[in-house]
Amino acid sequence: MDLGYTALILLIPISLFLILGFNFKRLKEPVSGIIGTVGLGITALISYYTAYSYFFGGMEGAKIDGVYQKVYAMNMVWINFSDTLHMDMGILIDPISAMMLIVVPTISLMVHLYSVGYMHGEAGFTRFFAYLGLFTFSMLGLVLATNLFMIYIFWEMVGVSSYLLIGYYYNKPSAVLAAKKAFIVTRFADFGFLMGILMIGFYGESWDFKVLADPAFIAGLQAKFGAAFMGISVISWALIFIFIGGAGKSAMFPLHIWLPDAMEGPTPVSALIHAATMVVAGVFLVARLFPLFSFMDDGAALQVVAYTGAFTTIFAAIIAFSQYDIKRVLAFSTMSQIGYMMLALGVSGYAGHDGLGFMASMFHLFTHAMFKALLFLAAGSIIHAVHSNYMQDMGGLRKYMPITHITFLIAALAISGIPPLAGFFSKDEILVAALHDNILIFGVTYLVAGMTAFYMFRLYFRIFWWNEPNYKHTPQEAPKTMTIPLLVLAFMTIISGFIPFHSLVTADGAAFHTHFNWYMVGASVGIGTFGILFAMLMYKKENKLSTRFRAAFGVFYIWSYNKFYIDEIYMFVTKKIIFDRIAAPSAWFDRHIVDGAMNGIGSGTEWISDKIKGLQSGRVQDYAMFFVSGVVVIAMIFWYYL
Amino acid sequence: MNWNTFLLMRHEIVLAITILILLLADIFTDDKKKVNIIAIVLFAIHTVIGLLPLETGTLFGEMFVTTPLIAAFKNILNIGVLLILLISSSWVNAKMLPLKKVGEFYVLIIASLLGMFYMISSGHFIMLYIGLELATLPVAALASYDVFSRKSSEAGIKLILSAALSSGILLFGISIMYAISGSLYFSQMAGEFGYSYLSILGLIMIFSGMAFKISLVPFHFWTADVYEGAPTPVASFLSVISKGAAVFMLMILLFKVFPDMKWVWTYLLYGIAILTMFVGNLFALRQQNLQRFLAFSSVAQAGFIMMGLLSADQLAVSAVIYFIAIYVLSNIVIFGAVQMIGLASDKWNIDDYNGLYRTNPKISLALMIGLFSLAGIPPIAGFFGKFFLYVVAASQEYYWLIFIAVVNVTISLYYYLLVIRAAFLRKSDNPIPHFTSDIFAKIGIGVASAILLGLGIYSPFYDYINSISNIF
Repeated sequence: MDLGYTALILLIPISLFLILGFNFKRLKEPVSGIIGTVGLGITALISYYTAYSYFFGGMEGAKIDGVYQKVYAMNMVWINFSDTLHMDMGILIDPISAMMLIVVPTISLMVHLYSVGYMHGEAGFTRFFAYLGLFTFSMLGLVLATNLFMIYIFWEMVGVSSYLLIGYYYNKPSAVLAAKKAFIVTRFADFGFLMGILMIGFYGESWDFKVLADPAFIAGLQAKFGAAFMGISVISWALIFIFIGGAGKSAMFPLHIWLPDAMEGPTPVSALIHAATMVVAGVFLVARLFPLFSFMDDGAALQVVAYTGAFTTIFAAIIAFSQYDIKRVLAFSTMSQIGYMMLALGVSGYAGHDGLGFMASMFHLFTHAMFKALLFLAAGSIIHAVHSNYMQDMGGLRKYMPITHITFLIAALAISGIPPLAGFFSKDEILVAALHDNILIFGVTYLVAGMTAFYMFRLYFRIFWWNEPNYKHTPQEAPKTMTIPLLVLAFMTIISGFIPFHSLVTADGAAFHTHFNWYMVGASVGIGTFGILFAMLMYKKENKLSTRFRAAFGVFYIWSYNKFYIDEIYMFVTKKIIFDRIAAPSAWFDRHIVDGAMNGIGSGTEWISDKIKGLQSGRVQDYAMFFVSGVVVIAMIFWYYL
Repeated sequence: MNWNTFLLMRHEIVLAITILILLLADIFTDDKKKVNIIAIVLFAIHTVIGLLPLETGTLFGEMFVTTPLIAAFKNILNIGVLLILLISSSWVNAKMLPLKKVGEFYVLIIASLLGMFYMISSGHFIMLYIGLELATLPVAALASYDVFSRKSSEAGIKLILSAALSSGILLFGISIMYAISGSLYFSQMAGEFGYSYLSILGLIMIFSGMAFKISLVPFHFWTADVYEGAPTPVASFLSVISKGAAVFMLMILLFKVFPDMKWVWTYLLYGIAILTMFVGNLFALRQQNLQRFLAFSSVAQAGFIMMGLLSADQLAVSAVIYFIAIYVLSNIVIFGAVQMIGLASDKWNIDDYNGLYRTNPKISLALMIGLFSLAGIPPIAGFFGKFFLYVVAASQEYYWLIFIAVVNVTISLYYYLLVIRAAFLRKSDNPIPHFTSDIFAKIGIGVASAILLGLGIYSPFYDYINSISNIF
């Protein structure tokens, strides 16, 4: 079957954006919500069909000799630079993009449906759905991109739509500030990405993913550019620059500071963008260029990925211990889990069982999208009910919100790695992969597994058990449009662990066998259970234990509570150093010297133009004289030089 | 004799037939409004026929040459003229109808176009000269068309006098070149010159003949007076169609006839490009009258085009053709807007445009697209036009020239923004009142603006031009 229909996956969301965006004054709630949800539903069906026919349905050229290939559903040259280097627009289907074709539309559809209830009565209801359409379009464009340049274009569009959605409550100053912060920090990181793209284009002479994934091509690059600078080749440097872009979007330390603030956006947005889809774009990018990362200089750039991921995962987990805003706890947990995916890529090899880390990372990306979106949507429903983000205002909610309670519990168990829920399988594979490669990273990963269980259940017990505060009005379960997505995602959380990722999504496209390492299973379930029990001890009923622990940790607790003052460090650097020490003198220079010169040029131009206007006398005799003398003077100049 | 070979002249034949039918129609119809419609329809048919594929070949012993590139360029000119005719139909109805000169207007414009076609298809200097004259004389008549306006008569007389001088010098140059090479056929003259006092003088004289039509400094003085005095459709025709054809002709002459004098003409173009950009921009800064303003802006743009001729290879050809195509459309949009506003309100100054957006948003948007395209702001097509010209200069490592061009783009951005600021940001107590135009004008401006936006995004057009630009 002709693959032209895949274009609909992109065309429907962008038309939703245009339809809703151009008619946002005319369309009223809930019509726009229904249009958005139905449109997204159709997109999701087409995406599922595409993914299904790629994996099982015998899409032409999808599987050759048991190895999944990259299929270009379409690809047209957009601007040509040379025979090998061109900007293209197209649709690439391969295991990871087919996987994302399930993740993105599913979460987006659930969020659309949820928002019909959640955004009820908001003034910009239609505007919100228009932005969601734009975001979905950009994100799908990103995952389906056939080349680095196209991915960059959609990457930026994702940034823009994220900016619009974080700043959705534009009359709330904190939301506007957060949107600006997210945009600037990620833009700053994207600068690295762009440099990397240009370096790859200049030295590698191709942006095409098929070419860039070809081991023979990579071997050629390796031979051509040996160690160029500080022991690694220029291509590896390009990859590190690209990773900086990915780290910005995926909130890796130290570019993570925008993510907690981005929680100012509406909660469905946090679920869609800042938990399941956009923030994993960095992981996706590394996975997309994985052959390059893996083969250039024996994976030098991958080391950077691995250690950045490992540091971020434990760093974020520590901060998550001490936060009270439930969305921020989830935000730091997201950071920590993305750190997991990054480090899994970082420790992975390429072929066969060595590629376990790659597979585990993608697996975790998939399962995490499901349960983290569920956690956020459940948090949204809690916030909706008690009108507060802070856990001090919550407690005992299990009686009032049974569906939210159960689904939240399922997701919390999943993220803590309790079998048979999804998180257990993917996390277990990551632990095995880390153990094979690097004992230090394994240690961090293992520790964080326990910490995750602890802070997630701190959250759970503080919300649903603990002591009931005096609610002004009794909290109520959310409407059906909000609970149905919770149930669907809970279902996905339960079953998605059983998807045989090792035979579908692997680094080299070929299936390999995994087997349970029973020691590992025991160890990971053990530490998860320990974390849960410890949290239960401290937070199931109100008691003084947590206060005592807080006092015992003292300074360390305060540091964690203040997120290790990273924001303050940024503020110090930008304000005290850049603004005061560099920008202020530059501004003086600019105002007095540069502006002076510019004004001088400006008035000089005016002056010249005033003086020469006499030439344009209006007398045709003068014109003829200028004409002839022009010819003579020019001829004489050339004669002189002849 | 094989009559089919005459089909190589299909563009010219259809155009000549169009002129004949129009002459007859003018005699036989009483309602001169119909002539207007007949002319536009006939020209549209001619444009469509022109798009049919055409073979490469020569006629009349190489006097007449056609290649896919020449045919494509004729099509660009056709489309440009068609848009101008569409936009000016309301002007014709308002100004020409009372004088009963509708038919003449069309016949003269189309005759001038016919001259240009013969000129760019020429393979022989006499053919070139005849084409050039046929292209110029009708326009001089058109420039003085507004018989009751003193300025218009002045424009006509200035154009005809300057044109006479320039063709005199051109002929002098041609005769010098004939003296050196002993032939007037392009194919026989190529590579016969080398560097001598005589050949340099001849080249510069021929160059000045073309430079006059392109309005390069110091051969540009007629431009402002003629553009200001001539009726807007004629000014528009002069600034886009006539200039475009002359650039194309100059390119063929330099690349094919005088390749062995490259040293002379690269430095010539280099110097003239800088001079033209600065003079055009500095004069444009001070203008209040829009047609005069556009005249100097078109001088500055001509300087930019010269930058594209510097490398004498396929890249240069495609960059220049692409730029001309975009430039034609941008100027048509701007002239069209100016003309429609002038016709509706008789206002011709930038300050009169204050608050235009509030009363006439659509025409203001079209004006903005056109001006942004000339200023080279992405993603409108004009940006890519300029970009490819920079690429040509960069391929020859003329970085200083690029720097100077960028400085000039900045200056030009300033004065283009003056117009946009007046229309969009300024308020006025008595803005130009809301007006409506006829359907032809709407189609013309709408299509041209849409193409400008579309070409910025759809690049295969450039690839197509590039693929046929192998004139070597």
